[in-house]
Order: sequence, then C-alpha cells, then structure tokens
Amino acid sequence: MLRLPRDLYLQMVAHCITGLPDEACGVLAGDAQSGTVERCYPTRNAAASARVYTVDSGDLLRADRDAERVGIQLIGVFHSHTHTDAYPSATDIDQAPDPAWHYVVVSLRDTHPMVRSYRIAGGRVDEESVIVLGQSAVAVAV
Amino acid sequence: MAVDVRLPTVLRSQAGGRSSVTVDGSTIKDVLDRLVAEFPGMTGQLLNEDGSLHRFVNVYVNDDDVRYLSDLDTPVKDGDEVSLLPAVAGG
Repeated sequence: MLRLPRDLYLQMVAHCITGLPDEACGVLAGDAQSGTVERCYPTRNAAASARVYTVDSGDLLRADRDAERVGIQLIGVFHSHTHTDAYPSATDIDQAPDPAWHYVVVSLRDTHPMVRSYRIAGGRVDEESVIVLGQSAVAVAV
Repeated sequence: MAVDVRLPTVLRSQAGGRSSVTVDGSTIKDVLDRLVAEFPGMTGQLLNEDGSLHRFVNVYVNDDDVRYLSDLDTPVKDGDEVSLLPAVAGG
C-alpha cells in the first residue's frame, strides 16, 4: 500500500502535467515500513522524451541526500505516461531497480489523471492500493 | 586513498546492512573493484561482465556523476565521498 498525503499527491500530478508533452518523473521518500510518503521530489527527465524517462542523476543525488538528512529514505519513483494506461511498460519492468520500491505511474491519457502504484520484483508486477491522506506534509523542490 | 562509499538501500543487505563502507582506491575502478572483492554479491549490480559500469547504477564522486567525468577512470582522493544510487529510468 502506498500512502500519499494530498498535497504531495497533487504536487506529483502537477509535475507530470507541467512536463507535457514529455514524460515527467520524480522520486518519493518516506517510511518504507508503512509505505507513507513524506516528501516528493520532482526531478528533470534527462531523456527529455514523450516515450521514456531517466531521472536526472544530479536531481536524484540531491533528493537522496535530503531524505537522508531528515532521516527518511527513497521509497519509490513516479513517472507519467502521456498517451497510455497507468500500467508499467515493458521498459519499466525491465529497469525497475529495487523490489522494495513503489512504482507510481500517472497516466495523462484521459482528461482526468489516473494514478496507480505497483511493486515490481523479478519481472513480476503487483498493483497496490494508493491511499490519499488528508494531512499536509513537506514539499521540496530539488 | 580511503574513501567512504554510500550504499543505496538495495545494496545494503550485501554489506551486512551497513549504509556506508570505507574502501581504498585511487580511481572509481579501484573503489568498485575493492567493493565487489569484499562484497561479491554486488558484482552484477555494479559492473558488466566486461568490467564496464552497469547502466542501472549511478556512481558519484562528491556531487558529480562519474559518467560526466572520466567514468571508471575518475580519480578519487582521501576524504572523497562516493555515492552509489540505482539509475532510475523506464518508459
């Protein structure tokens, strides 16, 4: 289960919309045990593409350091699909680095964004529920 | 040259749960070679069979990605911090 405070959920979706026509991406940090996101780090898409994404390596390092500084860790990544379903592509499955991470896909195919989250381990994809929490949390730009 | 290497969570289990380790080396290649000699379980995640850097890992010296420096030949000196992070990409 992925638990996302409402303001971070909105920040994530807004970053994806702002990134159009390219795919947008970012990383999520928080408590691995409960799957609760405490910080959202929108990052640049180094691939600058409507089809693929690469989290900018400098942005990733800054996010990781910031998370470590406040005693949390990176627990997932989000990216947008501009014209397809909110389901991991073959590339997403192939390149998923950490079986413990949450893989969030924000589909902008339809008028309303669709946010879904998955665990990906050894090529196997399992969808998990996304709970949007009412409380506020800290949003950080890197 | 002794450098601290910060490990991502996905590699910590290979290093007894530690989040960083100290290894010797004068280049990134030395550092990674020492690391996989000490923790053979990391080999496939860091290096390709031909010894080149695996494309799914980012290696940094202090603030800089070694792919924008001299890759495996990037020099390191005493007190440098080397960070390893999974390269995060998809489609």
